[in-house]
Amino acid sequence: MSGRTVKAGRTTSRRKHRLRLEDGARVAVIGGGPAGSFFSIFALDMAARAGLDLSVDVYEPRDFRVQGPPGCNMCGGIVSESLVQHLAAEGITLPATVIQRGIDSYVLHTDVGEVRIETPMREKRIGAVHRGLGPRGPEGARYESFDAFLLSHAEARGARVIRRRVEGVTLSDGYPSIPAEDGSGVRYDLLVVACGVNAATPVLPEGLGLDGGRPRTTKTAIREYLVGRPVIRKTLGDSMHVFLLNLPRLEFAAFIPKGEYVSLCLLGEEIDRSLLDSFLGSSEVAACMPPDWQGEKHACKCAPKMNVGWSGRPYGQRVVLIGDAGVARLYKDGIGSAYRTAKAAASTVVFEGVSKEDFRLRYWPACRSIMVDNALGRLVFLVVGQVQKRRFARRALLDLVAHEQCDQGGSARMSTVLWDTFTGSAPYREILLRALHPGLMLRLLLGLVMSLVRGGRGSIQTGGSGTGSQQATKVAED
Amino acid sequence: MRTGELGIIFDVGQYLFRQGEEGDRMYIIQEGEVEVIVHSEGREVRVATRGPGDFVGEAVIFERGKHAADVRALTAVRVLGADRRNFLRRANEDPTLVFRIVQQLSRRVRESEDEVARLRGESDPR
Repeated sequence: MSGRTVKAGRTTSRRKHRLRLEDGARVAVIGGGPAGSFFSIFALDMAARAGLDLSVDVYEPRDFRVQGPPGCNMCGGIVSESLVQHLAAEGITLPATVIQRGIDSYVLHTDVGEVRIETPMREKRIGAVHRGLGPRGPEGARYESFDAFLLSHAEARGARVIRRRVEGVTLSDGYPSIPAEDGSGVRYDLLVVACGVNAATPVLPEGLGLDGGRPRTTKTAIREYLVGRPVIRKTLGDSMHVFLLNLPRLEFAAFIPKGEYVSLCLLGEEIDRSLLDSFLGSSEVAACMPPDWQGEKHACKCAPKMNVGWSGRPYGQRVVLIGDAGVARLYKDGIGSAYRTAKAAASTVVFEGVSKEDFRLRYWPACRSIMVDNALGRLVFLVVGQVQKRRFARRALLDLVAHEQCDQGGSARMSTVLWDTFTGSAPYREILLRALHPGLMLRLLLGLVMSLVRGGRGSIQTGGSGTGSQQATKVAED
Repeated sequence: MRTGELGIIFDVGQYLFRQGEEGDRMYIIQEGEVEVIVHSEGREVRVATRGPGDFVGEAVIFERGKHAADVRALTAVRVLGADRRNFLRRANEDPTLVFRIVQQLSRRVRESEDEVARLRGESDPR
């Protein structure tokens, strides 16, 4: 009789290390921001489809429906166009009460001019949101916080929100256990850490196999200015305004118009008073903002940390770190990478298991993809930094984009490169590949030579500060 | 459009796209209603209507061809565009992204089969 030898080895040993969740499994999610909410939504959805009875507890001490700092999750508040599309495909529609303003273009401001880049058909593809209910003021009742909206979706799918901060986690027979209010421990089958980099990460016990990994961070500066809807319509319009200024230590600056407020986001090395004053006092900012606007008069400010890298592995035995607490996209689309890591973790947990090996096989590839792309992103921003420091390079870049914007039938490659770089809409790999297109490289090289020869004469303007007045005639009502 | 609305608006009677046109995006309806029209033997035949939450134009995403039908706004309709490249890139990373589309297509197949059964029953009452 013929027989078959079944090879034991990797397959068998992998199976040995799996820890499938069973009916009645309990999951603790620490953090009710986008990552925690996305994880809860997708895990509960997938579990229902797979016929798995799962309960999810979300530990979040803040109430995102409260105005001011206590309810705010500190962020510029941009939902990228790729995330808007993915969420729509997932059946998560962002209502007009959550989206403070739909963005259909961005304006790049430099000392040698400005260019405006629009979406096809002027479609509003990017969402500007408040991560809480915005600064204290009468406008709060009109809107819904983005984070509160997502958390309510998670609750609607069956997640239980527990309004308490988790200080520490213990191990009980190899299971993570969270202290209850009465001092006893609540045992869970899985711990999901989604508390970002600005909240205190709970102390995690040995034995979870996390290898001591931690995110690396940098500080940003955010200001909220009460400008008013009519003034925003006339000045900033529905555009994000990005500044590429030759200010030492400043990597990125943007004004993002919201409902009644305008958010200013600054990213750089050690953002201090003098850097802020230099930026706010620049002629480019003065030309962009309303005439009576004062940079000192902000309604709210914060200096949140941002994840700029990770060392180690963001998972262990019965524990996974998602969103900013784990691996996040470099500089841009933090909410988008929270969605990606949360969904990857949710599908691993429901369809594979919760062992370290399960996460290595199914969750780690999503994280590694982001990390590899981030390495390319560093190259992209290195180049942006060099352009930032050289006037002739800024001129050449703007010239090229201005020509592309006038040439309706052309490929608009550089416009797309800039759009994707500053809005976070595409992977850095794609941005680089597009930028390295031979045709674009040749045009850019010619532009650089011409710019060097021409010196600093003239300036470039397409749209830009005239945007608001064009917008005023097109916006029907609010 | 209100300040906080995303997407683009097509007015009553406007075509989102026409049968036979090349395309690189599908639309997800946010508000309003559209009709799906197929040109057959010189006639326009309305084969379906679609409303909020429905996908239209998905053929150019998955079949990389031309639009299979006209889609025309029955009311003022607000839609979100989903680019083929962006969508397929994400679907490659995370195949579960297409679950809702598959669900809708499955429902449409079922509805089409019910309609075929009804028409055949009318033409052949045996």
